[in-house]
Amino acid sequence: IMFFRLLCDIPWRRASQRWPNRSPSRRSISTVSESSPPVSLPTHAQVVICGGGIIGTSVAYHLSKLGWKDILLLEQGRLAAGSTRFCAGIVSSARNFTLEQKMANYSNKLYQQLEQETGIQTGYIRTGSIFLAQTQDRLISLKRINSRLSVMGIPSEIISPKRVAELSPLISIHDLVGAMHVPEDAVVSAADVALALASAACQNGVQIRDRTSVIHVKVKKGRVTGVETDRGCIECQYFVSCAGQWAYELGLSNEEPVSIPLHACEHFYLLTRPLETPLQSSTPTIVDADGRIYVRNWQGGILSGGFEKNPKPIFTEGKNQLDIQNLHEDWDHFEPLLSSLLRRMPTLEALEIMKLVNCPESFTPDMRCIMGESPTVQGYFVLAGMNSAGTSFAGGAGKYLAEWMVHGYPSENVWDLDLKRFGALQSSRTFLRHRVMEVMPLLYDLKVPRWDFLTGRQLRTSPLYDRLDAQGARWMEKHGFERPKYFVPPDKDLLALEQSKTFYKPDWFDIVESEVKCCKEAVCVIDMSSFTKFEIISPEAEDFELLQYLFSNDLDVPVGHIVHTGMLNEGGGYENDCSIARLSRSSFFMISPTDQQVHCWAWLKKHMPENSNLLLEDVTWKYTALNLIGPRAMDVLSELSYAPMTPDHFPSLFCKEMSVGYANGIRVMSMTHTGEPGFMLYIPIEYALHVYNELMSVGQKYGIRNAGYYALRSLRIEKFFAFWGQDLNTFTTPLECGREFRVKLDKGMDFIGRDALLQQRQNGVYKRFTMFILEDHDTDLDLWPWWGEPIYRNGQYVGMTTSSAYSYTLERHVCLGFVHNFNQETGEQLVVTPDFINRGEYEIDIAGQRFQAKAKLYPFSSLFTYKRRKDEIEMSDFQGK
Amino acid sequence: MWCGMWEEFGARAPEFIGPSVSCESVGDCVPCSPDLARRMCVCPGSRRIGIPVRSSSLPLYSDAMSAPTQLLFPLIRNCELSRICGTACYCHHSHLCCSPPPFPLSRLRYTPQKAFSTFCRPKDHFWQYTHTRRYATTPQRFYLTPPQVNSILKANEYSFKVPEFDGKNVSSVLGFDSNQLPANAPIEDRRSAATCLQTRGMLLGVFDGHAGCACSQAVSERLFYYIAVSLLPHETLLEIENAVESGRALLPILQWHKHPNDYFSREASKLYFNSLRTYWQELIDLNTGETTDVKEALINAFKRLDNDISLEAQVGDPNSFLNYLVLRVAFSGATACVAHVDGVDLHVANTGDSRAMLGVQEEDGSWSAVTLSNDHNAQNESEVERLKLEHPKAEAKSVVKQDRLLGLLMPFRAFGDVKFKWSIELQKRVIESGPDQLNDNEYTKFIPPNYYTPPYLTAEPEVIYHRLRPQDKFLVLATDGLWETMHRQDVVKIVGEYLTGVHQQSPISVGGYKVTLGQMHGLLAERRAKISSAFEDQNAATHLIRHAVGNNEFGAVDHERLSKMLSLPEELARMYRDDITIIVVQFNSHVVGAYQNQEQ
Repeated sequence: IMFFRLLCDIPWRRASQRWPNRSPSRRSISTVSESSPPVSLPTHAQVVICGGGIIGTSVAYHLSKLGWKDILLLEQGRLAAGSTRFCAGIVSSARNFTLEQKMANYSNKLYQQLEQETGIQTGYIRTGSIFLAQTQDRLISLKRINSRLSVMGIPSEIISPKRVAELSPLISIHDLVGAMHVPEDAVVSAADVALALASAACQNGVQIRDRTSVIHVKVKKGRVTGVETDRGCIECQYFVSCAGQWAYELGLSNEEPVSIPLHACEHFYLLTRPLETPLQSSTPTIVDADGRIYVRNWQGGILSGGFEKNPKPIFTEGKNQLDIQNLHEDWDHFEPLLSSLLRRMPTLEALEIMKLVNCPESFTPDMRCIMGESPTVQGYFVLAGMNSAGTSFAGGAGKYLAEWMVHGYPSENVWDLDLKRFGALQSSRTFLRHRVMEVMPLLYDLKVPRWDFLTGRQLRTSPLYDRLDAQGARWMEKHGFERPKYFVPPDKDLLALEQSKTFYKPDWFDIVESEVKCCKEAVCVIDMSSFTKFEIISPEAEDFELLQYLFSNDLDVPVGHIVHTGMLNEGGGYENDCSIARLSRSSFFMISPTDQQVHCWAWLKKHMPENSNLLLEDVTWKYTALNLIGPRAMDVLSELSYAPMTPDHFPSLFCKEMSVGYANGIRVMSMTHTGEPGFMLYIPIEYALHVYNELMSVGQKYGIRNAGYYALRSLRIEKFFAFWGQDLNTFTTPLECGREFRVKLDKGMDFIGRDALLQQRQNGVYKRFTMFILEDHDTDLDLWPWWGEPIYRNGQYVGMTTSSAYSYTLERHVCLGFVHNFNQETGEQLVVTPDFINRGEYEIDIAGQRFQAKAKLYPFSSLFTYKRRKDEIEMSDFQGK
Repeated sequence: MWCGMWEEFGARAPEFIGPSVSCESVGDCVPCSPDLARRMCVCPGSRRIGIPVRSSSLPLYSDAMSAPTQLLFPLIRNCELSRICGTACYCHHSHLCCSPPPFPLSRLRYTPQKAFSTFCRPKDHFWQYTHTRRYATTPQRFYLTPPQVNSILKANEYSFKVPEFDGKNVSSVLGFDSNQLPANAPIEDRRSAATCLQTRGMLLGVFDGHAGCACSQAVSERLFYYIAVSLLPHETLLEIENAVESGRALLPILQWHKHPNDYFSREASKLYFNSLRTYWQELIDLNTGETTDVKEALINAFKRLDNDISLEAQVGDPNSFLNYLVLRVAFSGATACVAHVDGVDLHVANTGDSRAMLGVQEEDGSWSAVTLSNDHNAQNESEVERLKLEHPKAEAKSVVKQDRLLGLLMPFRAFGDVKFKWSIELQKRVIESGPDQLNDNEYTKFIPPNYYTPPYLTAEPEVIYHRLRPQDKFLVLATDGLWETMHRQDVVKIVGEYLTGVHQQSPISVGGYKVTLGQMHGLLAERRAKISSAFEDQNAATHLIRHAVGNNEFGAVDHERLSKMLSLPEELARMYRDDITIIVVQFNSHVVGAYQNQEQ
């Protein structure tokens, strides 16, 4: 029945005014609802999807394609009547992350065939798009995107301003230095796409109810059990929140709140009447990021919007009628964008205005969308926070989420989009309001390596924050925690933030060099308190067995030993990479990367039986962590503790509680996360200042100084240390990164992922973690690698880099990345043997320029003069990006 | 006698630092050149009294100074000057009245500086002042930077917010902004604002003086007391009288909201108090038992004060300083426009040509102006009519001549100005028995032509009542200096948009019209320029003055124009503009709305 109603709706919609007109359409909705009695609500469904926009319909479409049928989609208003109806409908693959490029590329292909599949016009036109560069830096960032697009098989090219004028004669090219042309980008009518997806889903059995609001989701024992709507309750196993800008409020409305950090901002675009000679529907979309605007053709005229510097956040206090009424056209606010448009297309001056549309969009704290299952409520899935790219992402994101629900995990690593990268700490309204005001302009700002958000800072800090800050620390933020990047010496001035943005050698180069040198030659102290720290107590033998099942390495080590281990999934991929110190027979101290705080906790909880006696405590906040790196670290510590700290007395990967200065009970671990000698000190926070002061004063004669994460990063990358979240993810196995010796495959114990690993050991791996040392790269003059650069082997694309740093020891740039072996004809993935790696000539493509690189496999020992026993090398590293 | 001189000298003193003023010229009556007088009559914002006279009264004195001398005087910072003058004046009364009279020039130079560096904190004022003087030698090249313009415009600004109780403001008045920009030196306008403590309500008024500032000063100090007393119930009056009688502490009647420059003359306070006491004693005796009608109270207060001013001048005072003061008050004049707000009841009492304008926000967000006072001048036909009826037919032609009362005075109602009220005999008698300065003053001795049936002038106000509605957002009280440069509709629009913020206020909507991108772009650029001028001001009155002085033909503030207008030499300033005094009262729509609902 619903399907018929839906089809009936479409002609009605066509007959009515085709473009956004908020109030009249509202009124017509209400008249329709009065005339047609609502269809009754089912009492249960396997999946309830909340939100009938392009995202919700895409999820429904893909779930039904994957064979799930018992699906109910609820929409509070009418289908495709929210942001979907008002969005500009640009589908572009030119994105900053490979994953986003993949999603957009999939969406593009999906929308293209949708009309054929459903018979519903979607307004799909392959117009192509042109990204303009007014500066050389912008051109570099376009070139970087371009080289990533081309290895994905998406046509794109860097073009000259002259060519821009040929493609789009309206554009004034006098101030352009170049542009990127992506010919397969398209425009659609997002609302029609949503209707087409809905109708296809209906055909596959999905039920759709509009004018039905979800009030809250019912949760029992941490699982979704049903949904309460304004028209009754529905039992369900899965709930999918595709509520767009309302997802935040909806998440909080539960008894057990789900925090979905996103916030809406007003977004404006302009519609004009047709040009004198109406613009052709194939006219390419223009993105002038330096001018902060986009322009697409629209019914012979143009549609132009942008991302202004001073966004207007809205609905901070939740949905309220006043804000909705105040959603006026704000021409004064639009003025800078209009100026920019007329500067770019001066001939449009005489074009007549049709209207200025105000269409709130939702933004997330890190500019990436939010996908996945809630860490606190099982069965509560989210797909929202599209940062103004809903049309581009809907198809791909919908597919991934559907796969996630049906198969347990998507076919791609989506950690960058995972809801679990956030915690409750990103859920403050004030934080979100401030942060999205920074995020929205950032969409069109130049994105250079290692930028840090400026808003929402100083939320979590170590007790030493002020001390370090006073000594010139510059800070970066990870998961709300402030971490020092490097320390600016008193006599040195760095560039202002705006000037320091570069794709080349950064201004902190010399500073980090001296910190690295100090780590190598003397001793440095790095505040690493942001690490996630759990205490696990397993009172019974069976609990210990559970631990052995959860972790891939053998935890049954003598008390005082530290084990590097992964937490693997069924596929053998890393869910977490951590170090565990055995404090006593039954208690363990677990150190994980900073952004694992939510994910790791959820993973452990999920795999713990309900009746387990395993005690899990998050003690992150209890300890300040100081990393004492360098050959003189042992001298400093032994002077402070009157205990010998030489390797004979305190071997590598050892943990001991001891006194440092007056403070007792400091957990000292002989590891540094860098491969350099030294110690990690886990200090109860009340002792932090004392221990730090003692270290600094005693260390003075050994040349101690502060260092930051940039030095740490350089050290660990030159030692080929992978870290989770950047190099390692849920799709990389220990075997692929040469960590077989860290897995208890041969101990006859079962653990998650064992079967997959055994099979992999038999069949061989399809990608291998490789280190590249750039050969002909001039550090002073050439563009620096970052991450995501394509790797070429004998001229063939084989993979992408995952991280990079300058090695002050090797005096070369070092990139880490995975090498694949694609069959040249079929593109099929083949086994990658060490021989395959070693016998190739490699090049790294940095923004279109290729640099020769020497490949090394892990573990290696030839680079450095001193050798260490293999099992002594500690390989864990948690540094964030 | 010398005391009065002192005051004047004190007021002028900072300028005397100028090297070109000789000691002798101070006491002399410098003839006003006929040339200057003619110019004064043709100038746009003309003087209220167009009588060419010889006088030692200061404004005229400064007019009479030869032009080159004037150019050496500070060209700008009129308001700074008035501040200095005001303060110096204030100090002198208390300080120097009892010190021996002879005043060598050196002391003159010295004392005022000392006075004002001691009494008004800003040492920087002095530096600004001397700084200005250095500039003044090259007036042509003088150009004011935006911060300098701002410091001039903001020198006299004052804001008052009605305090909130328990997070709520229960008053129908949110607060007010006021400001003054002098054109005369010293400024002749005055302003007052006070909250009635024994009755409800708030009083706000602007006073435009002429022939000196003595009368406007006296009215600004005294009128609200008269109004407050007129409003007091019988019991309270009795209580106050008993307190005075038995020497107990008095109930405070008014809480003043004053800018530091708004001074009170301490010397006369005893005299003023006695007059006021006599008034309330009479009110007690007259006790009618009826509740006080605000309108009546206002009228009575105005008339009574004017009467007292007149009487005090006739009676004189044994203290020669006071004697001279009361005479100067009586012989100068002032108009008054006073608003009394109590809940939703708004009364405006007006005498003269200042104006009260209500800003009303229509449902569509646009602004309209509702006039709450009638000007009493030649443009008001009923006023002309009234005057003609009050005097014999034979005088019909002479009573209003060249749009002036008896061909001399622009406002048709005013305080003071006994010249237009007393009989010729009385005037002569008072002047002859009065102090020498008065006697020597050409202006005071001058009897208006065709002066047959005095009084020609009254201080009786016209009172207009308005019941506040939620859409009544604010009230602008301003002297004619504002109204002659700006249309009331523009005034209300500028204040309205300022108070609500231009953004929400008048959003541009294309709906229905054919607008091109280029036209919209131009329009937006213009609006942005306007907004940026609004952001400079924290005070609605300042913002209004900025527009009044600096508006170009498009209604946008033109900085260059503003800069030129503010850097005019003081002699010229008066020809381009008059003193401007503005009070903007903001109403609390919620409270007003609540009143309305209550009564429904």
